Amino acid sequence: MARAIFALLLKELLAVLKDKKSRFVLIGPPLIQLFIFGYAATFDLGRIPIAVYDADRSVPSRDLVARFAGSPSFRLVAALKSARRIPELIDSRQAAAALLIDPRFSRDLLQGRRGPIELTVDGRNSNTALLTLGYANEVIADFERDWGKSRGDPPPAAEIVPRAWYNPNLISRLFFVPGLVATLTQVVVLLVVGLSVARERETGTFDQLLVTPLGQLDILIGKGLPGLLIGGFEASLIIIAAVGWFDVPLRGGLFPLYLGLVLFALAVTGIGLMISSLAATQQQALLGAFLFMVPSITLSGFATPIANMPPTVQYLTLLNPLRYFLVVVRGVFLEGAGLGALWQQYWPMALIGLLTLSAAGWLFRRRIY
Amino acid sequence: MRREALRRLLGLLRKEFLQIGRDSSALAIAFLLPSILLLLFGYGVSLDAKAVPIALVAEHPDPIAASFMGKFAHSPYFRPQRFLTLESAQKAFAAGRVEGIVLLRSDFGRKVFRGGARIGVIVNGVDANTARLVEGYVQNVAANWLEARARSEGLPSPSLIRADVRVWFNPALASRNYLVPGLMAINMTLTGALLTALVVAREWERGTMEALMATPVRMREILFTKLFPYYVLGMGGMAVSWAMAVWLFGVPFKGSLFVLFATTSLFLLATLVMGLLISSIARNQFLAAQIAIVVTFLPAFILSGFIFDLGSMPAAIRLITYLFAARYFVAILQTIFLAGDIWSVILPNAAALLAMSVLLLAAARFLARKRLD
Repeated sequence: MARAIFALLLKELLAVLKDKKSRFVLIGPPLIQLFIFGYAATFDLGRIPIAVYDADRSVPSRDLVARFAGSPSFRLVAALKSARRIPELIDSRQAAAALLIDPRFSRDLLQGRRGPIELTVDGRNSNTALLTLGYANEVIADFERDWGKSRGDPPPAAEIVPRAWYNPNLISRLFFVPGLVATLTQVVVLLVVGLSVARERETGTFDQLLVTPLGQLDILIGKGLPGLLIGGFEASLIIIAAVGWFDVPLRGGLFPLYLGLVLFALAVTGIGLMISSLAATQQQALLGAFLFMVPSITLSGFATPIANMPPTVQYLTLLNPLRYFLVVVRGVFLEGAGLGALWQQYWPMALIGLLTLSAAGWLFRRRIY
Repeated sequence: MRREALRRLLGLLRKEFLQIGRDSSALAIAFLLPSILLLLFGYGVSLDAKAVPIALVAEHPDPIAASFMGKFAHSPYFRPQRFLTLESAQKAFAAGRVEGIVLLRSDFGRKVFRGGARIGVIVNGVDANTARLVEGYVQNVAANWLEARARSEGLPSPSLIRADVRVWFNPALASRNYLVPGLMAINMTLTGALLTALVVAREWERGTMEALMATPVRMREILFTKLFPYYVLGMGGMAVSWAMAVWLFGVPFKGSLFVLFATTSLFLLATLVMGLLISSIARNQFLAAQIAIVVTFLPAFILSGFIFDLGSMPAAIRLITYLFAARYFVAILQTIFLAGDIWSVILPNAAALLAMSVLLLAAARFLARKRLD
């Protein structure tokens, strides 16, 4: 029997890997995507285009402008002669923010009142706008501190000393690249197994497979293992690239990481096979794969935190294997988490895998038309 | 001859529409998929951190520290929990029960009077974006407290600058208002490319393409009949998405429907032709599906400016984003919805979409010759 399963496994692997185009599609794009997305997926803003109108033209106002221009977060795109062009620059997105320094700025500042400025931000992207405001506040706070010190003011009553654990410089790449290990693995596994049964159904060879001496479990293993093998191989490549190329620290051990990977790949394989055996045509299988993949990525905590979602949606995410694997990957990479800390993530994935794989095996026989 | 051609065209169109009507999955891709995605995003996805669980530790709980910590209880951004020692707070932090720690050393009350008190803030840097937002919120709470204290004691304001901040187009900074229009672009990328990626590949795979070639039908007629029905479906999906965005989620729509219609048509044309192109390269549904997933969904999600800011990407990556139609459409949609018909944004992006459609159409026409190999 083992030989028969092996033969089926071999045939499945050949079906996916023998065609040059298909082989390339499976191996190439995930790696290319890792490199592109590894750089693109970031919430770290740099070089925010800002327009400045300095109506005061004094020493302190020039100092403030120079601080904005010199900050790595901002890029001065226009030094305006009047406030009239501000709407036009922001409307057309040439500037994401505009700083207007009131003509009374230096006078008020020297007389001990608060110097007025006006900061306009493009709110079309609310996250960018919030971060822009944060960076602007930092620049302004620096100015205030140095200006107060040069005037001989007493030190401020209190100041904040921030410290970030696990990622001291708050580089969001360290958050997203481990996340890509999980999402790209999911895409690959789903592509390999998601269409495999549907393709045989459409061409009629699945009925032939059912009348061979292979049992349900054997078919399940033969159809499921290729996803696990190819997914595991791909994930290893991505992990190597994450450490070797993107300098993401791998603080934990490989065993907790790979245990999570195997459980996750099993769960996704089960879901893929289930979709595949429910579908009568490849188009239906593809639709099913999408209906699973898109929500599973958006509701996983990959880009937006689960804690920000409404409670009902948060319960929904408990069904999503990606949610658990993301915690495992990020935990092992950045926090050095071990088996004990991650146990809470392992068993739900194992449970999802068990349920979906048995459902898929059951569907092989029940759904024939 | 012209009448003959028209009859052929109508016959082919009828066949495509029948095929769509019979396989409900095409209708599902056009209408169900966008609705589900919008519901998920509209309700589920938010970058606005609210009620963040945070640990408050005062080593010496005096009235000053209590007044400072009281500010956190009133902020909608925090759900504060008091801890007596730093160790217990760190344990809760490591277990993920709190997202950050605010620490007041025992000399806080004394130093506030002399100046130079330090407020320790520890955040979990794994999710850098949330960490930065939490840091910013703590800054705000502290600044407000200092301001209020200075006022109540008749001291000069601690800040030297009065910044008057205005946020245009989205004053409440609700992330839903920018995520939903961007999502509509992703929806259209999916439906457009997915729908057409399979149709030509299916004809090749089932051998009906060869039968079609033996008829007097011209290749450009085949291309047209493969595009038009799916254009209609895609526009239908867009109408559903628009209605949901405006009426269900209350996203403001400042622009005009005509501009929306025209730019959506351009974008759909580009993505549908992209799907056809994938289809004629792959020639089998399995491969076409794989390519469609790889070149549509993930790039539209990450490289379009939908969530991640394009201007902050490295220059080489920014060049790559110009290859994806979603980038132009996301810019158009965010502007039409939140800012109105601003031609300096719409015209260049629409021109890019047009150029893209023309190029892709030429490529599809070239690849789809009547040829067997």
